[in-house]
Amino acid sequence: MTFSLAELMVCAASRSFENEGEVLATGIGLLPRLAASLAMRTFNPDMMMTDSQSFMLSTPNPVSGMASHSGQANENWMGFARIFDNVWSGARHALVGPSQIDRFGQTNIAALGGSYEAPKVQLLGVRGFPGNSISHANSFFVPKHSTRVFVTGECDVVCSIGYNPDRLPRGYTFDDIDIRRVITDLCVMDFNGPDKQMRVVSLHPGVSLAEVLENTGFEVAVAPNVAETPAPSAEQLALIAELDPLNLRSKQLKDNPPGVRNPNEE
Amino acid sequence: MNKCVSAADAVSVIESGMTIGIGGWGPRRKPMALVRELLRSDVSDLTVVAYGGADVGLLCAAGKVRKVVYAFVSLDFMPLEPGFRKARETGSVDVREIDEGMMLLGLRAAAWGSPYIPTRIGLGTDVITRNPDLQLVDSPYDDKEWVAMPALNLDVSLLHATRGDVRGVCEIAGPDHYMDDWFARAAKKTVVSVDELVPSDYFHNADVARRVYWERNLTSHIVHISGGAHPSSSDPLYGYDMKHYKEYAAALAEGGYDRWSEAYLGDSEPSYQSNVGGLEAIQTLPLPVY
Repeated sequence: MTFSLAELMVCAASRSFENEGEVLATGIGLLPRLAASLAMRTFNPDMMMTDSQSFMLSTPNPVSGMASHSGQANENWMGFARIFDNVWSGARHALVGPSQIDRFGQTNIAALGGSYEAPKVQLLGVRGFPGNSISHANSFFVPKHSTRVFVTGECDVVCSIGYNPDRLPRGYTFDDIDIRRVITDLCVMDFNGPDKQMRVVSLHPGVSLAEVLENTGFEVAVAPNVAETPAPSAEQLALIAELDPLNLRSKQLKDNPPGVRNPNEE
Repeated sequence: MNKCVSAADAVSVIESGMTIGIGGWGPRRKPMALVRELLRSDVSDLTVVAYGGADVGLLCAAGKVRKVVYAFVSLDFMPLEPGFRKARETGSVDVREIDEGMMLLGLRAAAWGSPYIPTRIGLGTDVITRNPDLQLVDSPYDDKEWVAMPALNLDVSLLHATRGDVRGVCEIAGPDHYMDDWFARAAKKTVVSVDELVPSDYFHNADVARRVYWERNLTSHIVHISGGAHPSSSDPLYGYDMKHYKEYAAALAEGGYDRWSEAYLGDSEPSYQSNVGGLEAIQTLPLPVY
């Protein structure tokens, strides 16, 4: 059975929501949203998701091909102000795609380079990252694993709190911060290395550990018996196709690479 | 009481140097006709508080802004707002960059007459290091440090609602009123543009009355402008105008604010609307699907 790298990443990312129970899952971007939707349709039917607009849904909307919001499976109104009530309760897990991630798991979506007063590239702004990161679980989705994302120093703008002893607020420990997983186009990582160091957990089919280390701007731990990221099942692929009928997932990664890379192609 | 005035008269309550709040969210239900009236005025040196879209981008591009208080400025489908991006990258505006929820807390503090609201948000991030005036405080109840999010007191808020009556009762018929109620409560004066002006008995229907999120005594002025949210959306009446947002971005890239204003702004809202294809075209823009 063939599958794309995007589909492999969606399945790997969906595992982030395993054992979550009744937690609001928010995937920002098409592939992260697909991952959360897949989790809700498979191993975590108790999960909670919104329509990305203003209603909680009892079953996720497709990420493509929807002509309108009418007829969707509304459960309760969930406007943006109310989202924050949920965020601050801690009962949420966000899967987001930062532009930079540093060795502490701090992230950046605000601006790159230059000075803070006049950045070289203005991005979005800190958005909800500061509040998300100190309130609830977060996982990261990285479409292109590189040293541009996994930066050697600290992020240019630290938008989310990470496992950085120098920035730890008074009265807080690392146990108050909950960064779960990092899913990239090369591997899956967590923060269960020594002192919450980022750690390689599984490598995607055909990817070497050396390739991961080369493309990461800082030292990472390596789990004992690093596994191969599991291939999507037929059931998962069918559900993904149902949730994304227009196959927009094929347009998210450059050239839509296959899920199993041939090491001889390098 | 009749609070209906022209856009120019309503916007004349804004003076240079004031702090203004702008309702809506990114490309959604922004009081853009009121913003355009500000662009036509000689007001400058503003501090703008907003969940920003082209409202913030245009005001920055036009040189009206001294400082932006923001968590993001974005058009969603076009993640990087071109006017704001240029202003930031040239260092031409001061900023107070805070979390989306912190902004909500700051508006609530202002609404409630509190000097600040304690929160965890911002701890450990550059929101604290880049905003030296944001204070950390001790709690009398635990040993942690807390961020004292200060009240965001606003001189004037600009909002756009679906419908309103002459007394200032406003209905937001779309799926979310965002933080508009808090913008109204945080401000000394609130100007609301409405797509439709309705008789007061329109609100007798309980389902309609439930879509009124602030009391009429908070509305200072009502401005009736059909299509007044363009190019942002005014769900359920019309969607956002992706084509115009792209034209706006292209105009700014080619010739800056002057290129955009010469091509589109006009001397009044009717001339603006004819420059972007007419009111009927605005009112038939399809609603976005997220």
